[in-house]
Amino acid sequence: MKRTLPILAVFTALLLAYAFYEAIWVAPMERTMGDVQRIFYYHVPSAWTAFLLFTVNLVASVVYLIQRSPKADAIALVSAEVGVVFCTIVLVTGPIWARPVWGIWWTWDLRLTLTLVLWLIYVSYLVLRRFSDSSQTPKLAAVLAIFGALDVPLVYFSIWFFRTQHPQPVIGGGGSIDPRMLHVLLINWLAFSCFAVVVCWWRYRLEMLQRAVDEAESLESLMGVQQ
Amino acid sequence: MNAVKYLWAAYIATWLIHGIYLGSLARRYGRLRQRMKDLGKKEK
Amino acid sequence: MISLRSITVATLTKDIRLEWRSRDAINSMLFFSLLVVVIFSFSFDPNAEESREIAGGLIWVAFLFAAVVALNQTWARELRNQVLDAYRVSPAPANALFLAKALGNFILVSLLEAVMAPLFMIFYNLRALGPAWQLIPVAILGTWALVVNGTFFAAMSLRTRSREIMLPLLLFPISIPAVQSMVEATRIILAGDGSARFWIVLLLTYDVVFTTSCLALFETILQAE
Repeated sequence: MKRTLPILAVFTALLLAYAFYEAIWVAPMERTMGDVQRIFYYHVPSAWTAFLLFTVNLVASVVYLIQRSPKADAIALVSAEVGVVFCTIVLVTGPIWARPVWGIWWTWDLRLTLTLVLWLIYVSYLVLRRFSDSSQTPKLAAVLAIFGALDVPLVYFSIWFFRTQHPQPVIGGGGSIDPRMLHVLLINWLAFSCFAVVVCWWRYRLEMLQRAVDEAESLESLMGVQQ
Repeated sequence: MNAVKYLWAAYIATWLIHGIYLGSLARRYGRLRQRMKDLGKKEK
Repeated sequence: MISLRSITVATLTKDIRLEWRSRDAINSMLFFSLLVVVIFSFSFDPNAEESREIAGGLIWVAFLFAAVVALNQTWARELRNQVLDAYRVSPAPANALFLAKALGNFILVSLLEAVMAPLFMIFYNLRALGPAWQLIPVAILGTWALVVNGTFFAAMSLRTRSREIMLPLLLFPISIPAVQSMVEATRIILAGDGSARFWIVLLLTYDVVFTTSCLALFETILQAE
């Protein structure tokens, strides 16, 4: 088991390199936007990965509330943290793409705005975890995750309706997609998903090590007091 | 095409963000391993 | 078995009586609300046409800040007197405590809004071009949306460092769809620009979803302190 992670990491690195090659050289050029459109192959997979990770966080949080399993709590923390990283990338690449194409940095585009709100919710989740000292932090965080999840459909509808009232440019392309582009998109998604798994796994190991060290240190200070 | 610099900016930004995160993880790992070592020494 | 309603009412009347006896907290909050309106009026210079467009946003942002000030003191008294521990061991349903606190905050924040709204109307020369009566359900549903989650997150923040900043930090992201609904509904009603029905329904949905969640999960939070 210990050797699986480095092997997977190497495989992922190769996959990412291949996906990059596909995105830059193989994928056909988009008619209206030109080469800039290739940001799409990083922007969209990052969004899908982030949403997937946040879903994992929700499931882990619910499992934690039901079973009080420390492993579930660790998975929740890890998926939230890595999810925020991917979410940040969506929020950075989105405006970088929008600027040359539409001349504006931001728009109340449905996916981008939803990503922003999710990012805010999960950053607040991470802040809660960091600022909360009690042993009950996992429970509080799990509850917050559930609140966040309940919020998402409401956010979706409010943005959707707002956009019908105030039409905005759509980042990320509406409509149908060229099958060759879809192929490249899926390869990049696979690559980034594997990357997310590798990073989460590594972060999970770190978290377990952290907890073991914390426990050992507090045990030691306890023993020290007894002497 | 002038807009290509945005393409590179986006790709570089992506890997920069990933790199910063992974770097912070690596640093935490190092510090934790040091603490483990210190704990091991104290027990002896 | 003591009923939910009787405990809620008892706790609520106790809180109101206590607040009324020392009116310092309420008075300073009222003054704060007034200051917010004045600062906004200086910052966003109103002429008649533009003011109707942005007034919806301005009013609700002002209410939001006033609400945070009010919400931050929700559990202060309980914390000082170890009331929460007593509650944890009592057979009384935790929901009663939550409802009482939420209703108390609702009354308090509504009071602040009742002061701020006329001031806004005066400073910004506001008249509703649409059906003005619709502002009432918007105000009620919107205030409840902020208060119900605010009371809940105030309880969650009790054992955190920087408690006062943790409350808005948790509350604002989750409240985004509610705030957007309040602002859009108010803007539509003031400008007479179409129907606010969708936003009012969304606010109602928000309130139902989160009131249910808060009631369902408050016991978990209470045990977590």
